[in-house]
Amino acid sequence: MLKEIRWHGRGGQGSFTGAKLLGTAASLHDGRFAQAFPSFGPERRGAPVLGFNRISDNPITDRSEISLCDFIIFLDDTLWNERYYDDLKKEALILINTADSSLANERIRTIDATGLALDVLGLPIANTAMLGALAALSGETVTREALVEALKSSLKPSVLEKNLILLEKAYERF
Amino acid sequence: MSEFAFLNGNEAVAWGVRLSRPHVIAAYPITPQTKAVEKLSSFVQNGEMDCKYLHVESEHSAMACSIGSSSVGARTFTATSSQGLLYMSEGLPYASGARLPIVMMNANRSIATPWNIYGDQMDAMHVLNSGWVQLFVEDAQEALDMVIQSFKLAENHDILTPVMINVDGFVLTHTYEKVEIPGQELVDSFLPAIEKAPHLMNDQDPMSLCISAGNQHYMEFKIKQHRDMFKVFEQLESIDRDFEKSFGRSHGGAAAGYRNEDADVILVTTGSVTGTARVVVDSLREQGIKAGLVKLRLLRPFPSDDLFELIGKAGAVGILDKNISFGFEGTVYTNVNSSLLQKGYRGRTFNFIAGLGGRDITKENIEEMFSALLEQKGETVQYFNMGCAL
Repeated sequence: MLKEIRWHGRGGQGSFTGAKLLGTAASLHDGRFAQAFPSFGPERRGAPVLGFNRISDNPITDRSEISLCDFIIFLDDTLWNERYYDDLKKEALILINTADSSLANERIRTIDATGLALDVLGLPIANTAMLGALAALSGETVTREALVEALKSSLKPSVLEKNLILLEKAYERF
Repeated sequence: MSEFAFLNGNEAVAWGVRLSRPHVIAAYPITPQTKAVEKLSSFVQNGEMDCKYLHVESEHSAMACSIGSSSVGARTFTATSSQGLLYMSEGLPYASGARLPIVMMNANRSIATPWNIYGDQMDAMHVLNSGWVQLFVEDAQEALDMVIQSFKLAENHDILTPVMINVDGFVLTHTYEKVEIPGQELVDSFLPAIEKAPHLMNDQDPMSLCISAGNQHYMEFKIKQHRDMFKVFEQLESIDRDFEKSFGRSHGGAAAGYRNEDADVILVTTGSVTGTARVVVDSLREQGIKAGLVKLRLLRPFPSDDLFELIGKAGAVGILDKNISFGFEGTVYTNVNSSLLQKGYRGRTFNFIAGLGGRDITKENIEEMFSALLEQKGETVQYFNMGCAL
């Protein structure tokens, strides 16, 4: 099993933090191997940025950029573009954070993760919700239990409880 | 007790340094090495390391401080990258000539102009003749482990030569993966406290350091230094064997083969691209193509014997260079080609230049390299993943 995932977000939205949490969950709590890496280079608030994950049952040695994905996650729907269909493997899915559910089709799943995050956290930080959605769509990629453990080991106590609730709410949407 | 953590290459290096208990760290931050020295300074600040951390004003000073502290017998670490390495380069031969066992991490990055912060190996090639051991690692675990092994190697009284651990910028320094952090007790027993070399500063037995030597003596110093470098091969293998006994992991000696034994064609790599090439070799093998790989872990000293043995009867050898020596060819190629000629290798050699300034090296690029080797076609020096024709 090898899953390759790309995160699209804007600097400050936490797309790489999402990738890092996913890698932590898969490698340290699901007993798999994982990589997480950012789009290399300067980070600028608001500019489009990428995050990458590889998750596998076997050690991962591939160091090339990920062009064909099992999942593409958009933290910001203004970054979505139809050309990204070309970057999907067979049976791959696109997950978009958007309030516009009409975007959904056989290749696209949508969730209003920002809306959920505003309700639960009071902040538009949607990465935890996207992780919950990912676990619901593909438990083979990462389990909800591993994500819970990763949040517990990575987040400050002051924000942990609300993020656990957010993860759960997003998970239940699918 | 060891524990697993999800770390990037910079953090893995910082953990390797922490476990090695240096007395002094002198460093100046530079992308993409910054996170390593930030992590180390926070270890010191939090009292998790008993170490003097010198936040100096430049890389030149970082090397000067390292030379000073190593001269009194202190275990010393520094880290840099790219322009920083070039700025400290005046001090590098001072350290190696004075036989000071400093360990340095170099986060491999391109050289300006154009200004570029991304990874290639041009910086290391600039200082190949500085008298430092030059080691290249493939992943974060090897980076952590080789910090520990490098102190043991550099401080060996038959070697007494500084070691530069090359860690590919971004591809390794910024990629998180599962890393085993060994327990402190195990590292302490593998790497005891530094044993002060007899030629160092000692108030009970004062002598000159960094002396001058005229034309009657200088050459003997340099030939002795050159000959002692070759002792690194045996020591590195011995240290790795001991490491495996203690930690259950082995990284090999100066060079390591992968599916090379019956290979018709072989690609020679340094650093992180080795991992991507492993994937390509596996997939070519599934198609019945006898492709193999040789990972060069040391460029100085250069492992001519190991290389020739690992390449064996392969009909063609490609050398992947993430650098270029303008007006000639890739520097790893120059070294490998010269070494193979001396050994009487009769196959054809190719030089594949890729990945300059952080350009991605894709699996397809590596497949193209193997195609060129199988068909023995094209120019000796070839460029990969170019954005436009020149």
